[in-house]
Amino acid sequence: MAADSGAGATAKTAEARADAVAAPRTAARGRSLYVATLLVVVAGAAGLPLFVSGFRLFQFSQVLIYAIALLGLNLLTGYNGQFSLGHGAFYGIGAYTTAIMIDRWGIGYGWTIPAAGIVCLVVGFLFGRPALRLEGLYLALATFSLALAVPQVLKYFEDWTGGSQGIVLSKPKAPLHLPLTEDQWLYFLTLAVAIVLFVLASNLLGGRTGRAIVAIRDNHIAAEAMGINNSLYKSVIFGVSAAYTGIAGALSAIVIAFVAPDSFDVFLSITLLTGIVIGGFGTISGAIYGALFIQFVPNWAQDISKAAPWAIFGLFLIGFMYVMPRGIAGFLHLVWIRATRQGVTRGEGR
Amino acid sequence: MDILIQQIVSGLATGGIYASLALALVMIYQATEVVNFAQGNMAMFSTYVAWSLLQAGLPYWVTFTITVIVAFVGGLVIERLVIRPVEGAPILTIVIVTLGLLVIFTSVAGWIYSYIQKPFPSPFPDKPIRIGQIVFGAHDLGAIGVTLVMLVLLFLFFRFTTLGLAMRAAAQNPLSSRLCGIRVSWMLGLGWGLAAAFGAVAGMMVAPVVFLDPNMMGGIQLYAFAAATVGGFTSPLGAVVGGLLVGVTENLVGTYVSFIGTELKLTVALAMIIIVLLVRPAGLFGRTTVRRV
Repeated sequence: MAADSGAGATAKTAEARADAVAAPRTAARGRSLYVATLLVVVAGAAGLPLFVSGFRLFQFSQVLIYAIALLGLNLLTGYNGQFSLGHGAFYGIGAYTTAIMIDRWGIGYGWTIPAAGIVCLVVGFLFGRPALRLEGLYLALATFSLALAVPQVLKYFEDWTGGSQGIVLSKPKAPLHLPLTEDQWLYFLTLAVAIVLFVLASNLLGGRTGRAIVAIRDNHIAAEAMGINNSLYKSVIFGVSAAYTGIAGALSAIVIAFVAPDSFDVFLSITLLTGIVIGGFGTISGAIYGALFIQFVPNWAQDISKAAPWAIFGLFLIGFMYVMPRGIAGFLHLVWIRATRQGVTRGEGR
Repeated sequence: MDILIQQIVSGLATGGIYASLALALVMIYQATEVVNFAQGNMAMFSTYVAWSLLQAGLPYWVTFTITVIVAFVGGLVIERLVIRPVEGAPILTIVIVTLGLLVIFTSVAGWIYSYIQKPFPSPFPDKPIRIGQIVFGAHDLGAIGVTLVMLVLLFLFFRFTTLGLAMRAAAQNPLSSRLCGIRVSWMLGLGWGLAAAFGAVAGMMVAPVVFLDPNMMGGIQLYAFAAATVGGFTSPLGAVVGGLLVGVTENLVGTYVSFIGTELKLTVALAMIIIVLLVRPAGLFGRTTVRRV
């Protein structure tokens, strides 16, 4: 992040030398501060059930679930530059995979989470394959249509999906006689899955693969010229992104213990998009800010009017595009740079 | 056979509605290479305006005219206020802004008018029209007529007026048009206004069929997307042909392919969009753009 903060070394020699020595030190300090923040956040998230319970805790489980879905969408749209206005579809497929496996086939809920991920990985990869030929706007159109069509398809296969009635599940109890309520157990389960997926995404993006993914977004011709297999990367990332969102959907089915086709309509997809716009395109931490926003803001807005949440979402979508195109994460990154005086770096917020 | 002809005619009627909305999409796309995802919901909102005017006791055609004018001004104002600041921004930005408009229109309509479905009158008589053995709905024929009149007007406007020429020029070559003294940015605004007016007509023609509610345009917008994709986003003629084609296909598939029926109608539109995009991304009438690398 602070890699070129020592670049001002053309100034007076003494200062330059001081700079050169100081640069790694500030970088190291920045890094340890970053790790410390991360630990505090994780510890706070793990300790949360001590302070809140019942419905509040359920809402925070929902935040974590949204965060996973947003991370998935951000991998695709934020990092790889492929539009998806239809990620609600994958969320729905994941949720239904879980619900059908639990309710119709009697499989343990733990197994259904990776299964939903795999199903969505495959579906996403297959959808990503033809989507390769679609750029920008056309991909937006295709995915938007997907989002519009999915509730109908879910209703159509009534024998499996229970039609518009949906499927009712029961909330699982904590295993091994742990002294936890259902909500607490589900919260910890979600938190564990979220941490694993965030670490995986961070590693994926931090390395060679991540640079390739971003290179395709920034200049796909140059990326191709450097030997990056564009179509392979793009369709794989489509699959991975769908898998993340599918896992989120699976968790939501378990946590809410109910699925119905109309909860996976086009507005879910727009909600997810709102989340990454607010949180910040091409950032990992943005997923969390975005998730907090899309979980809690509609709740507060609901008090004004049933229609208010969407009006507020709309205003935020447009407003952020004008004034904070990199979302909350981008904004905080700027603040962070100012505060730690690391000089101007053009790095990605993380 | 009679059923077939009837289905085709009613397909043409809904197709005409899709065509109007698709034309609105194409008009904006041609000028700015942007698809307005809020087009359908702007149309829905205009239809609510018409509903209010009718409730106030104005006669239908007066309402119709006022609504079209209101929609035109509304479209123009939205372009000037909301879209202009992001003119020239990456496509994703503009798409997100139009999505923002989409949800705002839906929620404001729900806020003002509630989510309860409202009946919307048709200006055409209830009595079906018989030609030989075949019965046509008067509203169907009327909708086709209105769409055709709008198309002819639009054609005349673009073909024979200076303003129309200026708009075409601004869309085709903004830089040169600007050098000729055309106010390109305002032309885009006019394009949005015209598109909104077309949307309003589509909304008023479709509302008697599907009833008026804040989400009524969801499916129709999908069909309009399909129409514009089939015809090609760069061709107004294509949008019209595409609309009619999609309308007829929708009806025939719904009637004759039993497993699809009415329940998978939207999926048919999705399949059409994806197939066309894969086989012939420019659509039937679109021009293929060659990009320099």
